[in-house]
Amino acid sequence: MKIKDTLENYVFVLPAVAIFSIFYIIPFIWVFRLGLFDWDGISFTKTFVGLQNFKEIFLQDRNWWQAMWNASYITLIALTLQNIFAFMLALACDREIRMKNFYRVIFFIPPVLSEIVVGMVWRFIINDIEGANIINRLLAGAGFPNLMHHWLSDPKTVLTTVAAVHCWKGFGWGFLIFLAGLQTIPHQLYESAQVDGANAWQLLKKITIPLMIPVMVLVAILTVLGSMQAFALILGLVGGEFAGHTSVPVLRILSSMRGSSPRFGYACAQGISFGMILVIISFIQYRFSNKGQ
Amino acid sequence: MWFKHALVCAFVLFSVLGCSEKRIDTKPTINIWHWMTDRDPAFQELAKKYEVLTGVRVNFELYAPSEAYSQKIRAAAQGMNLPDIFGILGEKRDFVSFIKAGHILDLTPYMEANANNWKNNFFPKALAVNEFAPGNSYGINPGIFGAPIDIMTIQMVYNKKLFSQLGFDPNRPPKTMQEFLDMGAKIKAAGMQGLVSGWGEVWMIDCLANNYAFNIMGEDKVLATIRGEVPYTDPDWIKVFDIFKQMNDSGVLAQGIVTMINKSAEQLFANEKAVFAFNGSWCVNVYKGMNPHLEYGVMLPPQASSEHPMAIWGGAGSSFMVNAHSRNKEEAVKFLTWLTDQDQQVYLAQVTNNLPANKSSLSKIPEILAQFAREMDYATHPNVWGNSEFSLVIEAFDYGIQSIIIGEKTPEQVAIDVQKIKERELAKKR
Repeated sequence: MKIKDTLENYVFVLPAVAIFSIFYIIPFIWVFRLGLFDWDGISFTKTFVGLQNFKEIFLQDRNWWQAMWNASYITLIALTLQNIFAFMLALACDREIRMKNFYRVIFFIPPVLSEIVVGMVWRFIINDIEGANIINRLLAGAGFPNLMHHWLSDPKTVLTTVAAVHCWKGFGWGFLIFLAGLQTIPHQLYESAQVDGANAWQLLKKITIPLMIPVMVLVAILTVLGSMQAFALILGLVGGEFAGHTSVPVLRILSSMRGSSPRFGYACAQGISFGMILVIISFIQYRFSNKGQ
Repeated sequence: MWFKHALVCAFVLFSVLGCSEKRIDTKPTINIWHWMTDRDPAFQELAKKYEVLTGVRVNFELYAPSEAYSQKIRAAAQGMNLPDIFGILGEKRDFVSFIKAGHILDLTPYMEANANNWKNNFFPKALAVNEFAPGNSYGINPGIFGAPIDIMTIQMVYNKKLFSQLGFDPNRPPKTMQEFLDMGAKIKAAGMQGLVSGWGEVWMIDCLANNYAFNIMGEDKVLATIRGEVPYTDPDWIKVFDIFKQMNDSGVLAQGIVTMINKSAEQLFANEKAVFAFNGSWCVNVYKGMNPHLEYGVMLPPQASSEHPMAIWGGAGSSFMVNAHSRNKEEAVKFLTWLTDQDQQVYLAQVTNNLPANKSSLSKIPEILAQFAREMDYATHPNVWGNSEFSLVIEAFDYGIQSIIIGEKTPEQVAIDVQKIKERELAKKR
């Protein structure tokens, strides 16, 4: 009877295991295997190079680490400014304010737009030559003409501009998840605390934030994964890697796959390395949050 | 009960139909994959015409944008699912990979049949892109592996109306680099934009830099550099890098050119916001669509040296290859022969504003296109050089020039950086 039960259990999980293996595990192993070869992606002949591609990525490829740094910078801004802004908006919309449903819809529009479209639209908004130069005009109109700048063609400001647009596009996801989290907090907790004389700051510090930590961790993990993998937005906004100033890991992988001598094997190794780095970061975040709780 | 009867009848019907002889079309369907959005309606029209003439159905399938098309072709090659005719986007090495993998039919016997009848239709430089000479460095058997359907050259264009406004002679574009640089101050003072181009996408930087490398040091030295015999720190290469610094300092480059995508550059030029553009002959069609009344002329990039002739990138714009594994390869070759005949080439040129690959079609094309075609003698292309530079070196070269333009690095620093990567790649190869 026990064996029958056990077998039955395995039969139930078999479809899920099969789907997971076919669409996740096998491709991962296959891509890792390709990463061990020097291959242009077309030829029948692949040269086995062992871990040479991985060694090159970690020890020699300065462009790769520049790209990692750029992606980390975008992620850092998204983790802080974007998520704080999203949390504050979620707090505002959680209260009984007029037109709160309208705000929810408006805030959710940027995330559902295509990254490339957002990039092109913001390129038009920001660019002073090709576009409408709206940002600079607003700055001049507000009495800050000295802040007018070539935001996208100055290497000192281009990555921050990219990060700002990325935050604009991404904050809606955080907003939505935070709002859903806030709505699960029982109102009785706030009411009892208010009866005990707690002020707004104390309610936030003692009730909202502690109960929102699991949601914050989820948002942080999603932000890291989304920001580190951003690339279409950059293509739309600045057209490419701009002398390395806007290069990010996915653009480096694409760059390895094309060009005069495509390195498909190397691109696969970059993909695997990047995937592993993201898994490690997510794991660390998860462990820290568990400790925090 | 009626349901059971219906089920039995259906079973019998399908069984009988299943046993019937398969209908065999005497005329095959030729499948063609391409990425040329602007040419698709013309291709569909020609396909209809060909079906009326021969009874052979031609099915053009468009996959755009070009990046998606490239990926599709690669995936199809890996899965052995290529269509009867297809094009390859990318560098010569991509083309070589497809040939080495046995995907592409050698068209030489067809080209050379009847005293080179088909071959003689083409501009030799257009054919050269698809041709492999004996002893080529790629290790490919000599032959012609593709039929060009149009040609292109990448040159400069200038706005005649803005030239007049600035007090320049609209019929005399700058011929030397000094004349060009001198115009920069006037353009800047008038608040106009100078040269626009898609330098955010970097390959066009590579193109102009190579033009000047040929002009300053000649073809032999450029090719010797690619072979690793001349370093990028050579004074001639520093002169090439310095041209970009000079252009930037003079104000002849448009603001933000290093992050400009070519579509934006085309809009700026078509909307008469820029005096010059560095663009390929495909721009004729683009400008016509954006501003039919635009008055512009074609010019070679201004010479930086009188020691060697100026070079421009040119040759086959788009080519079609025949799938060597196709069951319809004979019909596919016949269709390509028909497509590159004079009448079809003139039709394509008139409808799509691309330069025809058939040299006898030139007399019947618009004047602005003919201007692009006239400089075909100066045309060269990395695909015909016989050696390819390492892609990491090209990347460092192009990004280095971007760094020079934004004032981040000097020409000397870029030369050192590029040479370091070249040496590393050469060491790896050894």
